[in-house]
Amino acid sequence: MNMLPMSGRARVLGDDVSTDAIIASRRKKESIDPTVLRAYLLEDHDPRFAASVQPGDILVAGRNFGCGSAMEVAVTVVLGAGIRAVVARSFSRTYLRNAMNNGLLAVVAETGPVGEGEAVTLCVDAAGRLLLERPQGAAIECEPIAPFMLEMLDCGGLVPYLRSRGSFTGQSLPR
Amino acid sequence: MPGLTLSEKILSRASGRSVRAGDIAICTPDRVMGTDGSIPMALDYLSAMAPGEPAPRFPERLIFALDHYGPVSGAKALALQARARDYATKHGIRVHDVGEGIGHQLILETGAARPGELIVGADSHSTSYGAVGAFGTGIGSSDLAGLLLCGQVWLKVPGSIRIVLHGRLASDVAAKDVALWLARRLGADGAAYRALDFDGPGLATLDMDDRIVLANMSVELGAKAGLVAFDAVTARWFDDDRRRSGPPLAPLETDADAVYEDVVDVDLGAIRPQIARPHRVDDVVDVADAPPTRIDMVYLGTCTGGRVKDYREALDVLERGGGVAPGVRLVVTPASEAVRAELERTGLLARFVAFGAEVQPPGCGSCCGTCGTIPANGEHVISTANRNFKGRMGNAAASIWLASPRECARAAVRGSLGGTGAP
Repeated sequence: MNMLPMSGRARVLGDDVSTDAIIASRRKKESIDPTVLRAYLLEDHDPRFAASVQPGDILVAGRNFGCGSAMEVAVTVVLGAGIRAVVARSFSRTYLRNAMNNGLLAVVAETGPVGEGEAVTLCVDAAGRLLLERPQGAAIECEPIAPFMLEMLDCGGLVPYLRSRGSFTGQSLPR
Repeated sequence: MPGLTLSEKILSRASGRSVRAGDIAICTPDRVMGTDGSIPMALDYLSAMAPGEPAPRFPERLIFALDHYGPVSGAKALALQARARDYATKHGIRVHDVGEGIGHQLILETGAARPGELIVGADSHSTSYGAVGAFGTGIGSSDLAGLLLCGQVWLKVPGSIRIVLHGRLASDVAAKDVALWLARRLGADGAAYRALDFDGPGLATLDMDDRIVLANMSVELGAKAGLVAFDAVTARWFDDDRRRSGPPLAPLETDADAVYEDVVDVDLGAIRPQIARPHRVDDVVDVADAPPTRIDMVYLGTCTGGRVKDYREALDVLERGGGVAPGVRLVVTPASEAVRAELERTGLLARFVAFGAEVQPPGCGSCCGTCGTIPANGEHVISTANRNFKGRMGNAAASIWLASPRECARAAVRGSLGGTGAP
């Protein structure tokens, strides 16, 4: 996977962080531009969060990350803030697919041991396992990512994937 | 090989090959829905996928619903909405414009969702279409762009959890209570990545409005779809309304030897009125155990609780209770213009207005804080909606409780929750 290895500062969140919490609907009706919306990232969760984000930070969350609305700005706002990966114990399925489609790496792993601010690294070991490495303690083995999604991620997401192929089956369907 | 679940059958048909739970299927959906909340961003993705914002691959399969924004949403939202409308007009896409209602309700009402179909919508409550025995699921804007470009979408075939319904609901209990009870039992991610299949001997006692609530709220348990088995009730619902006439229905059914990941038996008769506390849909208690709380706003509407039956049940409680308590704001947002017209024709709307209700145009209204009345700081809202996340209704300093139409009306009469005895 050409995105890895990826190192960054862990920004730890809890369970059931909803898309409404990631970016409020009242903000997205004003603009869908991630460079505008990034100032409001997770504002209802913590109004100081957006200002504290550094490019390269990795979100580390609990269960059911991105639950609720399927709104995709909840993914692009994260990318807009310079975050390239989210590791969570589980994702809401719409968040996971929106993330992968946009080239935001969404990884499922047992994130419990990770502490706020820890320097973590996502990488693939010699055996092909996806790992979350921490400064102290054993590396956390992550759930493997389906080959189709890896292919799409390696392209940079759904847009470049379809731009080069025209369709998923690799041929432009007759019009 | 064991038999196939309904999801496996529908996704096999839509992908043109035999797929099983866990497979990634490249599907060509029968119907694709977008809203003003998701289409503008999809058009941005589409322009990035191919130059010049190409025409949609299957315009006849598309339905655009302009339901999230309205005249009160501000100029910027209206500009986003206009972009969606312009693309539709240019390419002959069916549009449900502002004021016609919520897309999910309109698609169901007009028979655009049919048994056995794969219907994807760029809105999470697209699970609603499962009520007719379709596979309905939510996607994002990039997926919608892909569908505009090539008519295809990737879907991971979900495993299924069977929800076996037994018995019959008590007279003061609604499908909403069943949905909240399931959220309480399974949790907000209890069905994550999986489909819920509703069947069992108790299913025949639930009408289509009830089934829409169960399918709609399946996503609140994390489900990819909530499929209700097709039966005589479904068939009659299509037959009884001219708006839903069309090609013969082609329902599919789960094989008798299909494998489920889990089976949950539900005794409908044992379920009591339920209420979700702020700010979690799965933080559910019996209404009888709700803590004493002042209620400032009562919201009757949305794709979960904005149909005629919901208003009939709420009005019955309001009238028995002598109306709305002083200081309580009652807001009514019918799920569609057809619902509003029916409320008007039958005199129900006038009776709500006589109780001081504020009637908003049909649409998503206050539910997601984009085009309706919003609660003030510190206020407690009780709502027939499906979500109560902090900030959901446009103010993170408000608290949202979720319950059935009857329980919302009961809270309106009393101006509070908690304590005992009906008003």
